[in-house]
Amino acid sequence: MKRRAAWWKTGVGVVLTAVMLFPVYWMVNVSFTREQDMRKSPPDWFPTHGTLEGYRAVLDQQLPYLGTSLLLALGTAALTLVVAAPAGYSLARLRPFGGGALSFLLLVAQMIPGIIMAMGFYAFYLNLGVLNTVAGLIVADATIAVPFGVIIFQAFMSAVPEEITQAATMDGAGPVRTFWSVVLPVSRNATITVALFAFLWAWSDFVFASTLDGGGQLRPITLGIYQYIGHNNQQWNAIMATAVVASIPAAVLLVVAQRYIAAGVTTGAVRD
Amino acid sequence: MQAATQAAAYRGGRQWAAWGFLLPLVAYLLLFYAYPLYRNLELSLRDYTVRSFVQGGAPFTGLTNYRDIVDDPTFEPALTHTVVFTVVSLGFQFAIGMALAVFFHQHFRLSATLRALFLVPWLLPLIVSSSTWSWMLNSEAGVVNTVVRALGGEPIHWLTSPGWSLASVTIANIWIGIPFNLVLLYSGLQNISPQIYEAAALDGATGWQRFRRVTFPLLRPVSAITLLLGLVYTLKVFDVIWIMTRGGPADSSTTLATWSYQLGFGSLLPQFGPGAAVGNLLIVAALAAGLAYIRVQHWQAGRA
Repeated sequence: MKRRAAWWKTGVGVVLTAVMLFPVYWMVNVSFTREQDMRKSPPDWFPTHGTLEGYRAVLDQQLPYLGTSLLLALGTAALTLVVAAPAGYSLARLRPFGGGALSFLLLVAQMIPGIIMAMGFYAFYLNLGVLNTVAGLIVADATIAVPFGVIIFQAFMSAVPEEITQAATMDGAGPVRTFWSVVLPVSRNATITVALFAFLWAWSDFVFASTLDGGGQLRPITLGIYQYIGHNNQQWNAIMATAVVASIPAAVLLVVAQRYIAAGVTTGAVRD
Repeated sequence: MQAATQAAAYRGGRQWAAWGFLLPLVAYLLLFYAYPLYRNLELSLRDYTVRSFVQGGAPFTGLTNYRDIVDDPTFEPALTHTVVFTVVSLGFQFAIGMALAVFFHQHFRLSATLRALFLVPWLLPLIVSSSTWSWMLNSEAGVVNTVVRALGGEPIHWLTSPGWSLASVTIANIWIGIPFNLVLLYSGLQNISPQIYEAAALDGATGWQRFRRVTFPLLRPVSAITLLLGLVYTLKVFDVIWIMTRGGPADSSTTLATWSYQLGFGSLLPQFGPGAAVGNLLIVAALAAGLAYIRVQHWQAGRA
């Protein structure tokens, strides 16, 4: 009786998941659809006449954009770690004067809409002469991840047992050594979580890319898709193929690092 | 005495170290958070032209930009759309997320895997989900209208009629936000002790009663956090609307966020001052929601 009930629930669960993921399936399906079948009614529900012309277009036109996005996402992850890890350590273990106020400011910083930051950045970067540069975009993209990163590092590093750091102090290690050789290595999970989210957010960023990098030579994949939509309304298999390729990092993360994702969402939002 | 001086010196040294570790963060926040925000405020208080934007020297005009945007015919619809978009998105995301969290909390076969798959819409780049929805909602060739026709309805101009565009972007945004609600509410459910349910079951509570009288009240703290964070995030939503409709047709899906972008970047003749002013109004709204969130979080931390 109980067993049957459980199977029935699995069935409902599969149906719900299928409904939820239908748009994702549709994106994949359209990416394989031939040009001439694109406006067929009813559409092909499965890519029976599958074609790779969409993906060929990606290879021909979008590879540089993908490279830029990769560079951008890696750079943002690195910058976020460099800024956030020491700060998280300080706030968690060294009790700086004014640390509480700083934590509060970080929470507030997370609330500011990116589109508003973008306008200030635009004015700033125009004067600085770093519009349309990858470095400038990395610095701007990191604003999405830095406050989150500090909060995650602070939460994880607060939980490192006192005995471990005390033992290091007894051995004569100063704060720098304690941080670098003791606390940081045991906070590996926090490092992975922060790096993953920083990477994903920078990879997905559209707001900063479209405002600060609209005219550059090195544009990220989000702009590649956006310009596709703007310029050739007809080639939807190519647009969706690009979208599929742009989704690969998210898919890889989900498979490889699912537990870090859930941990990141809940630590960022709810402090236990 | 000597020990006390030593301890003081040690504490002093520790403060230096503590702030040394914070230095990169503080420098970063000042340069790349505070300064852009200051520039934004400054933009909104001066009468900028493209020329003075580059060369400087725009005259100070006080609150004129703010007065102008409030008198602008776009202001009222943009504000109304922002409220409707936010409230409807939050309501549906929360209700669906809650139902799914309760459902997945029953631990049937495959429940962990399926729950993980539900994260996909949230992890996808917004441009990917938005362009997919654009094509699905296409008037002639979209799969949604195929279904509508199969059910005997008239095809709907989802993105190109003023009556439907706001609904369309709201639907896409709900879809994107469900996973976030699911994850947070599910983690809240996990913190409820199973004994409470056993006690309720012994008392003869039915499934619905258990939800109404046990689960829902115990989830109230997590629910408050989820809704407030959702509010902060939804006020910020720009990508989805801009990519799907650009706020159109005829401003029918314009929100404060897209209007701000439209003013600053969306045309050949940028109006940075008014754009920044709209943006600052949005910041005030987001901060109000954010401060409420922080209060609730502190209150909960105090109770725990």
